[in-house]
Amino acid sequence: MAVFLQQLVNGVSLGSVYALFALGFTLVFGVLEIINLAHPAVLAIGALLAYSLLAGAKTGLAVALAGACAGAGLLGVLIDRVAFRPLRLRGASRLSSLITSIGVALILVNLAQIVWGTEPLSYPPAAVPLRFFTAGTVTVSLLQLLVLALVVALMIGLRALLLRTRLGLAIRAVAENPQTASLLGMPFDRVVAFTFFLSSALGGVAGVLVGMLFQGSVSPFMGTTYGLKGLAAIILGGMGDVTGAVLGGLAMGVGEVMIVQYLNSSYRDAVAFGLLFMVLVLRPTGLLGQQRGREA
Amino acid sequence: MTAVTGFYAAYSTLILFSGVAALLALSIYVTLMAGQLSLGNAALAAIGGYTAAILTKTYHTALWPALFAGAALATAVAVLIGIPCLRLRGIYLAIATLAFGEVVRVAALNLPITGGALGLVGIAPLVSFRHVYGTLAVAAVFFYRLERSRTGRALAAIREDEAAAQAMGIRITAYKVLAFAIAGWLAGLAGGLAVHFTYLINPAQASFGEAVTILTYAVFGGTGTFAGPIFGAVTLTVLPEALRFLKEYRLLLDGAILVLVTTYLPNGVLHPVLGGRVAAAARRLARGRGSPQREMRRA
Repeated sequence: MAVFLQQLVNGVSLGSVYALFALGFTLVFGVLEIINLAHPAVLAIGALLAYSLLAGAKTGLAVALAGACAGAGLLGVLIDRVAFRPLRLRGASRLSSLITSIGVALILVNLAQIVWGTEPLSYPPAAVPLRFFTAGTVTVSLLQLLVLALVVALMIGLRALLLRTRLGLAIRAVAENPQTASLLGMPFDRVVAFTFFLSSALGGVAGVLVGMLFQGSVSPFMGTTYGLKGLAAIILGGMGDVTGAVLGGLAMGVGEVMIVQYLNSSYRDAVAFGLLFMVLVLRPTGLLGQQRGREA
Repeated sequence: MTAVTGFYAAYSTLILFSGVAALLALSIYVTLMAGQLSLGNAALAAIGGYTAAILTKTYHTALWPALFAGAALATAVAVLIGIPCLRLRGIYLAIATLAFGEVVRVAALNLPITGGALGLVGIAPLVSFRHVYGTLAVAAVFFYRLERSRTGRALAAIREDEAAAQAMGIRITAYKVLAFAIAGWLAGLAGGLAVHFTYLINPAQASFGEAVTILTYAVFGGTGTFAGPIFGAVTLTVLPEALRFLKEYRLLLDGAILVLVTTYLPNGVLHPVLGGRVAAAARRLARGRGSPQREMRRA
């Protein structure tokens, strides 16, 4: 039981990172119905930016987080301008957007290699809060609590933004029907740019959290694993659904840790993708998603 | 003659790679003919490669039976995953095939028979020019005929408008599964051929990155006709070799191609319309006159 509880804690903190990453994925999908496969590269660049701030400029953690957040967000806006907007204006198929986003991912990863090298990096130990709390037999690190708190806060904030503010209303209107929203005076381009900013900022934060949770995990290639897991999370939870993305991410994290604990560690990833495959085949809208009809 | 043999001796691996790349590009092209994007072709090639390698290495099978066995297994897997997946459309299908590729990669990493992370090494050098280019020639003739056949037109109809195609009585699922089967066969053959001149195979060959490379061939060359993917595959295999300094920026080049070609040349570099325009422009230049209206009517 003690082992189970401890693994549950570990699974939830891993799952929170997946969830944070999946939130960015699902936001763009919800508004534009495109999968931004450059999102994993944004996660890596966010983590690397924070590395430069922490190790190079010797800033504090808060500054590094803010820097990574802003840098990744702006990168997201740029990605939209370069890879998605021209296709949108031409009315190209969503498969084309998928292909250009893969292209952008390759470019970003290669540029990151040139700037930061290919060796895995670690954040300076002093920058990462190292405190542990013990409750009975279960140990929780301050970091794990921070990560979970941040993810929950961001999820609530995002829901509030989407459901309670004028900007959220505009985003939802554009997601519902871009043409009608434009006709009714919604600033379509600005809404899309903001969506990309928000999505990529979340991705950047997720990257920094990964870097803090796991030593030696920061590299230009770090996004690949999270990209595939995040994709699995949003499909599990239902594409375009904010709550679904978080639940999907948590389920992936807990499931993965439990499989390693109780079954076989080497098939961890196969189980995740086998599950993804099953969900797509049996219930393409995901566990919480609404029927979108046109595609699935 | 010595110049030719000398050139071949120096560049044989590159020449063989170009041929295999062309086969892989054709394998993604056949599903694109029906408007379906598959990101699982690298995994299918790995299935063919592992199967053929195990057969020749452990069981000392002759080359062709091993190649066909690999291709047959890849075809069977393609059909098995194809049938449930083909209800999915567009990006959902792309993601499902991506997940399939990851499952194959992890399986190859963990199964005892595939040699784990190191993969299989010391595979017999059985493949030479005639095997690769003989296969490619057969495939090219097959696609030339396919594009002009009832099946080819059915696939094109599905690509243009699935609902309309269905209303015309085209059995959509059957044709999509057929396209997947052909893709599996070609990728499986390509994988089997490749391992017998690289002498090794490992799980990385089933990775997403490899699938993207194959996609880049097809996108660059264009998917209007089968010559496009072949042209794209050969160009993108030879180019980084010819321009050595590009090697470090290979990903950058691939990425730029995916973005720029998809955005500005949606039909690829080698496309009948584009080719026609270039030819028309050349004729206009030659005659010193021309009318844009007539050219537009032609296109």
